[in-house]
Amino acid sequence: MTLTDAAADSLSGRSIIAAIKRAGIRTVAAVPDIHTARGLLMPIGVDPDLTVIRTCKEDECLGIAAGLSYGDRRCLILIQYTGFWYAMNAIRGVAVEQSLPICLMVGLLNHTPGTDIGQAKRVGLRAVKPALEAFGIPYHLIESEADVAKIAPAIDDAYRTRHPVAILIGRSPEP
Amino acid sequence: MMDRKACLEILRRHITDDQIVVGAYSTANDWIQLSDRPLDYYFFGAMGLASSHALGLALAFPERRVVVLDGDGSLLMNLGTLVTIAAVAPKNLTHFVGHNGSYEANGGLPLPNRAVDLAGIARSAGIADTRDIRDLAEFEREVVGLLTRPGPVFADLWVEQGPIDARDYAGMYSVERRTAFREAVRRP
Repeated sequence: MTLTDAAADSLSGRSIIAAIKRAGIRTVAAVPDIHTARGLLMPIGVDPDLTVIRTCKEDECLGIAAGLSYGDRRCLILIQYTGFWYAMNAIRGVAVEQSLPICLMVGLLNHTPGTDIGQAKRVGLRAVKPALEAFGIPYHLIESEADVAKIAPAIDDAYRTRHPVAILIGRSPEP
Repeated sequence: MMDRKACLEILRRHITDDQIVVGAYSTANDWIQLSDRPLDYYFFGAMGLASSHALGLALAFPERRVVVLDGDGSLLMNLGTLVTIAAVAPKNLTHFVGHNGSYEANGGLPLPNRAVDLAGIARSAGIADTRDIRDLAEFEREVVGLLTRPGPVFADLWVEQGPIDARDYAGMYSVERRTAFREAVRRP
């Protein structure tokens, strides 16, 4: 296996955390997700540069991030795709209809990296992209180390243009 | 039981210019008739999230008191917020709930349990400073403390149901109002 192959087959939580910090994220509002718990939420929880707000339900995160946005306090919402569906009304009403820079990082539990999510067996997975497209929310699929470079510009763009963005975590990140 | 507008009028007399007021639905509809401040923020978009917006604002502006005017039906749609607020424990947040036992903004139909003990739920969630207020004289006595004690502070205000009338949500939720809020809240 070449170095390039290894990079294509791995995803490091450390890289993702560095990317969100580069983008100015200092608050992470989250509901735990087994897909990202070890690689992201646990290390984020002990990172001195980041504050975690542990919420009970995903839609709370939308309100919190909206309030923070009025003070230009950058917040990342870290949830699973099932929580994305749960929070859909808040995503519509708060993020989209109010044109707020809401940054969603969504764990795609059970997605097989390298396969077309649009062909996933689970409707909850294969409908994620069409839902985002229907709402006009740009999205970025992160499955490898090379993809991590998309994260900081996506967050910066969301705040610059005051628009929501979704970062889809297609592989469970290593701690 | 209190008249909600009379209750809010007492509150209005004690709100200072630097404080943020987050209004939701029927309580907001009354508040906007009593107050026209740039720091009045009218939450909308998804019922139940007023206190979540207020929590975000409280964290973004720790030097300002944030006062949320929630509804009982709204809060019941997002009870987890009380646990989250208790855990974050913002010292500058006061959470009022207008408790009229109904989904007034949705036609006045009753809650599943009108007598639900919201102050008790807030206490159980971990908010130590809670009040259950049922008359105007008591609210008048309590209001300064509710607005100045270290938060989070929670008060269940038992109010009569208001009229089921047409509401000008378009003005309340206008882009212009949100823009004015955004500019005002950043000024020292």
